[in-house]
Amino acid sequence: MSKVLAITGAGAMSEGMRQINPDVVPAFPITPSTQVIEDFSQFVADGKVDTEMITVESEHSAMSACIGAAAAGGRVMTATSSAGMALMWEMLYIASSMRQPVVMTLINRALSAPINIHADHSDSMGARDAGWIQLYAENNQEAYDNLIMAPKIAEKMDVRLPVMVCMDGFIISHCVQTMQLEDDDKVKKFIGGFESTYPVLDTENPSTWGALDLQDYYIEHKRAQHIAMKNAKDAIKKVSEEFADIFGRKYELFESYRIDDAERVIIAINSVCGEIKEVIDERREAGDKVGLLKIRSFRPFPYEEIAAALERVKIVTVLDRSESMGAYGPLFTEIRTALFDAPEKPMVYNRIFGLGGRELFMSDIHDIFEENKTYLETGKVEKMFDYLKVRGG
Amino acid sequence: MAKAKANQKVHPLEELIRTERLPHIWCSGCGVGTVFSACLAAIQETGIDHKKFSMVSGIGCSGRGAGYVKLDSFHTTHGRSIPFATGIKMANPSLNVIVFSGDGDLFAIGGNHFIHAARRNMDITVICINNFIYGMTGGQVAATTPHMDRSATTPYGNPEMPFNLPLMAYASGATYVARWTMIHSRDLTDSFVEAINHRGFSFIEVLSPCPINYGRRNKIKSLDMLKLFADNTIIKNNADPAELDIDFKKGVVLGKFVDIDKPTPDENYEKVCMMR
Ligand SMILES: Cc1ncc(C[n+]2csc(CCOP(=O)(O)OP(=O)(O)O)c2C)c(N)n1
Ligand code: SF4
Ligand SMILES: [Mg+2]
Repeated sequence: MSKVLAITGAGAMSEGMRQINPDVVPAFPITPSTQVIEDFSQFVADGKVDTEMITVESEHSAMSACIGAAAAGGRVMTATSSAGMALMWEMLYIASSMRQPVVMTLINRALSAPINIHADHSDSMGARDAGWIQLYAENNQEAYDNLIMAPKIAEKMDVRLPVMVCMDGFIISHCVQTMQLEDDDKVKKFIGGFESTYPVLDTENPSTWGALDLQDYYIEHKRAQHIAMKNAKDAIKKVSEEFADIFGRKYELFESYRIDDAERVIIAINSVCGEIKEVIDERREAGDKVGLLKIRSFRPFPYEEIAAALERVKIVTVLDRSESMGAYGPLFTEIRTALFDAPEKPMVYNRIFGLGGRELFMSDIHDIFEENKTYLETGKVEKMFDYLKVRGG
Repeated sequence: MAKAKANQKVHPLEELIRTERLPHIWCSGCGVGTVFSACLAAIQETGIDHKKFSMVSGIGCSGRGAGYVKLDSFHTTHGRSIPFATGIKMANPSLNVIVFSGDGDLFAIGGNHFIHAARRNMDITVICINNFIYGMTGGQVAATTPHMDRSATTPYGNPEMPFNLPLMAYASGATYVARWTMIHSRDLTDSFVEAINHRGFSFIEVLSPCPINYGRRNKIKSLDMLKLFADNTIIKNNADPAELDIDFKKGVVLGKFVDIDKPTPDENYEKVCMMR
């Protein structure tokens, strides 16, 4: 039976994994994603799932084992964070190029050095070119819903790509929120069975994976991934619609929060969007026309859809919770690209915030809306790029 | 910290500790601090200028050593302390490089580096705090967790077999190999002094309690673990490395098992690779 329960974000992911009941879960612990695999190993031990769990010796091995298990015909999941995903790097590309629909919970955490365990998006943003579908979530419910949808998206025959389901470390992974946990059977029915494309254990039809591919075919294989990623956009939309029909919660590629008549909009990813919504509601009370565009799918990136959504907006502040030293923030880069072809372009500028977990409070978000108000009134973006809440800045 | 007044007691290791970083993170009943003090005491005892030491740690509770020591130190990434140390040693062979890290760090995620540094006989000292578990992340199964012991990821027992670390060190080419527990702090300090002075790859495994994340799940209270270390261990220098499996029921063998002389990589490098 579906029930409302109070649970941490990490707990929500392990519940989701229990319902999905993957064939194989290779995993290695790292803060703040550890609880996902700890809870899940208890499910394995208690016989609540049929999963083979492998407690491998590193994340590189975890992702390698994921790829092997998926190629052998299994539905495969894992979870990691930060340095853990950094160590998987080589294998992230192998998973997507071998078109293995692995589903991974990525609890976003800063990268070393210096070592830091708190939330920012340097891990997943660094992997944005790895060929994985990336879905982001504001809270436990969204992360859980994304996880339930992920296998269906990944396994679509015209997609067959791995999916990363992201949420902010500690802020979401370790905070208890109430959410709707759907009925086990309903979830299982929604997801359906797994159909492997070329299982290597099919000895009747032997197949070779990852063989040498030089000037002759490599680029065709890459383009095939590109096309699959384009198809993923439709797959995400379709699966989200099916999900809404059954479970009632509607999701798009991004969420538009009070932007229909908004003049000034913040664009952001993950947990900070909760605070931004609160601030918007306060300012709307006072008649201020502000809104939020919250990214759900960063890969594939919905360029045209975002451009259309921002058509009547006058100024956009893009908040990036990761850095691309020597360039603009990764989200900003995409947003400005999306807006380039729009007939009426809003003003747009970039702010970096929250690296290594530094909080952005509601008062800070009010400050952002004050600043973009001034920019709009003067018609001039004073500072295209800046850090928020930083010493010596 | 301000210099202590004349009548104030000064901690004998104060010179080697970043007191501004205290209190440390180690839980009460944890063994890491004791091993850390033994290591610092050994550094003092060698009489070698502190400027000639460098400490490298990976990530983990044990790995916090590098952050508390007042030496040039590196808190690296999980598993990579040995390659960092190798780089330091090759760039400046006059340094005494000590790797101070956990069983998970050195033998699970970083295991490959260990066997290669031992094979090369890199002139570094590797101290492994074996608490049979990944302590820092909450007690998940490690490559050293005894068969059938419980952990956060093996709630009903570990189905796998653990490494025999001294055997692996010996087989890989280490030229100094010893094992102690954290309650044998005198032997431990002596062993560290020997290892630091030893030319070549030195490895000391130190059995140490993690009451929070290993003891609790395996129903071994802090003091009982220390009792096991005292009562169920046998000191047997030069024991056959193949007979060093850890089984407290049978008795765990401690001592110095290997102390031999072989050329180090910088010596070999001089001989083989330098054009004359
Ligand atoms: C690449 C990577 N993966 C995982 C982690 C998470 N992590 C931090 S410490 C640790 C295990 C520590 O165990 P051990 O080395 O035995 O040290 P102890 O805490 O027991 O002293 C893990 C898995 C990490 N920091 N980096
Ligand atoms: S968790 Fe275990 S190893 Fe870490 S400080 Fe506590 S007792 Fe020591
Ligand atoms: Mg350990």
